[in-house]
Amino acid sequence: MSAPASAIRAVAWPLLGVAIVLGVWQIGVMVSGVAHYLLPPPSAIARAMWESRDMLTAAMGRTALGAAIGFICAAAAGILLGSVIALIPLLRRSLYPLATVLQMVPVVAVAPLLQLWVDNGLPMAILSAAIVALFPVLAATIDGQASVDPGLRELFKLYGASPLRRWWKLDFPWSVPATVTGLRIAAGLAVIGAVVGEFVSGYGGTRAPLGIVIQAAMRDARTDLVFAAVALTTVVGFALFGAISFVGWLLVSRWHASAVNESEDQR
Amino acid sequence: MTREPPILQFDRVAREFSGGVRAVDGVTLSLAPGSFTALIGPSGCGKTTLLRLVARLDSPTAGRVEAGEATVSQSVCFQDPRLLPWRRVVDNVALPLELAGVPLAERHASALDVLQAAGLAHASRMLPAQLSGGMRMRVALARALVTQPQVLLLDEPCSAVDEFTRMQLDTEILRTWRTCGATTLLVTHSVSEAVWLADRVVVMAKGRVHADHVVQVERAERDRGGAAFIREVEHCMRLLAAASGAPSNGKAA
Repeated sequence: MSAPASAIRAVAWPLLGVAIVLGVWQIGVMVSGVAHYLLPPPSAIARAMWESRDMLTAAMGRTALGAAIGFICAAAAGILLGSVIALIPLLRRSLYPLATVLQMVPVVAVAPLLQLWVDNGLPMAILSAAIVALFPVLAATIDGQASVDPGLRELFKLYGASPLRRWWKLDFPWSVPATVTGLRIAAGLAVIGAVVGEFVSGYGGTRAPLGIVIQAAMRDARTDLVFAAVALTTVVGFALFGAISFVGWLLVSRWHASAVNESEDQR
Repeated sequence: MTREPPILQFDRVAREFSGGVRAVDGVTLSLAPGSFTALIGPSGCGKTTLLRLVARLDSPTAGRVEAGEATVSQSVCFQDPRLLPWRRVVDNVALPLELAGVPLAERHASALDVLQAAGLAHASRMLPAQLSGGMRMRVALARALVTQPQVLLLDEPCSAVDEFTRMQLDTEILRTWRTCGATTLLVTHSVSEAVWLADRVVVMAKGRVHADHVVQVERAERDRGGAAFIREVEHCMRLLAAASGAPSNGKAA
């Protein structure tokens, strides 16, 4: 199968799935007569989205900004910390379990604490997003660099490479596919973290992000607008995920086994 | 007549692993400069362990591995190619020079020279995933040669390739040995490969040298696969069978 046909097929099936779900939802609401403030049909959600498009677009931009900055901070910190931890076995033994424990703490539970440390609004969304997005990147980087082929390690030992040089020439590039996987998971989590941060910080007015739009719409019983805002958070997450997947594909598609196997499967 | 001092000397070398397993048990052996020695023996007899001791990837628990000169440069070609999948062939071949701090232009020129000699210049810009298994092994061999080592250690480089590729690789190894003149130590399971390539076959069993046989067949006779060559193979097979305690009819396959 040619590459364009393969790409169309890859997009067509998920779109068909979405269309079926929306169709069933629309018909289900119409037939059952359920109140629209409990479950609005997709058509009502689309109408609300269109009518409030300026406000929603601006809100989506603010949420996307918080999630993106939080994600970038988490990515940078996760890759840097993960590399240091992977490079120094003592740190790996002492800090990795601690990082795992910290991951178990729900961000919703610690969000009020974050209010003590940063300003409400964008800084809060950024911090919240960064906290939830950090662990997947950290864990993926550590695991990726710890899983270097022992044979290649031996090769570098044979050539007398220093640990730092080995890290730069071997461990780091080797871990890129794993790190990209961690980044993709982190991209989705960053949006969740940003919205949680927005919920907790409660800032609004004319500069409300999607989290606040959702809260305000709930208060006004505008369930259609809640669904519209939720759908846009998904768009933000999907855009971030897509961007990272594309960058990851550019980095590893030519050489990594998973990409090679995938292209062979499609033949 | 003065005898040239050995380039490598094994003096009662032993390597014992945890649990009291002695992979190498008191091996004394010397390799003359420019010689080609093949190590054969049943699985687990200590061939690869001995080679790793020479490469300093492991240390002996007793005895010494001594170099004839203050510094003897070595290179290893392993069973698997061990190429960095994200690097082009030329960059993989240049890796030892890169890690030694050789400038980019110089190391690329050296890598291309070696690839040219190996008939792989057309593949220099390819990635390992684009190569066949045999080509990857030839690239690994080229990488081992790029530093122009005095001692070349080959750890079953043909074990994972098909018979045709094995023949190609063996020819390449022979060409390399002739042109570079590196002292070569080959670990192999194939008796015929050992006899065809090496001028000396050392048979190991249970960590010890069981037999040390000098191959006395002319190159042309080996290439022809003539009667003298077959007799040598059969002789080495009998030595191997005796070393492993297995019965043998001594017939070359």
